[in-house]
Amino acid sequence: MANLVLPDAVLVKNYISGDESALALLINRHQSKIYGFIYSKIGDRDLSDDIFQDTFIKVIKTLKTSSYNEEGKFLPWVMRIAHNLVVDHFRKAKKMPFQRETEEYSIFNYMTDNSLNIEGQIITAQVESDLAKLLEELPADQKEVLVMRMYQDLSFKEIADLTGVSINTALGRMRYALLNLRKIIEKNQIILTN
Amino acid sequence: MAKLYSKKKLATQKMLPKKETISFLLNYSKALSIHKVGKSTFEIIAN
Repeated sequence: MANLVLPDAVLVKNYISGDESALALLINRHQSKIYGFIYSKIGDRDLSDDIFQDTFIKVIKTLKTSSYNEEGKFLPWVMRIAHNLVVDHFRKAKKMPFQRETEEYSIFNYMTDNSLNIEGQIITAQVESDLAKLLEELPADQKEVLVMRMYQDLSFKEIADLTGVSINTALGRMRYALLNLRKIIEKNQIILTN
Repeated sequence: MAKLYSKKKLATQKMLPKKETISFLLNYSKALSIHKVGKSTFEIIAN
């Protein structure tokens, strides 16, 4: 219990001369102030823990190399180390911005999935199957041109060559195919949108 | 009398590091020994 009232300077001296329990007392005595200071700047528990740890690693190394000059200012010295590490942290964060997921900030606000959801997929499949049924209603020559153009992605020149008609005829059949499709859709009041 | 705008509840909240952090530091301190040989410094961490 007598240790509780020992001044920092004595504890530091004891620690340098090999008394490990002195460090535990020093940490215990000042952890709240140092951690509170770091947390007030960082605002993140885990990062604050990291910086707290780095601070004391520096303290331990300095004390063990006996390069610490005791002037009765142990806490201000540790606070200065913590402050420098906090500055380093922000410098690093500025170079390489890192955003932690919080309640206000969600990565999914910025990343969007453009693929269709299940409902959209079902609707699209339905529209496509409805359209395939409608195509069956068209005259064979018009259907042929439309399928070649839209499903097989052929040019009108290729269609003309394959079907043995002129390009103008192929264009005309495409036009009538679309007009007829529109008519069928209107007549049956089919909705083909998603 | 001057009005205090700071929230007492926030100001008095005690922030403490994790127990794991403290225990890591104490173990690290026990394991670490630093030796100076001439101009070089050697850090030795005992497992």
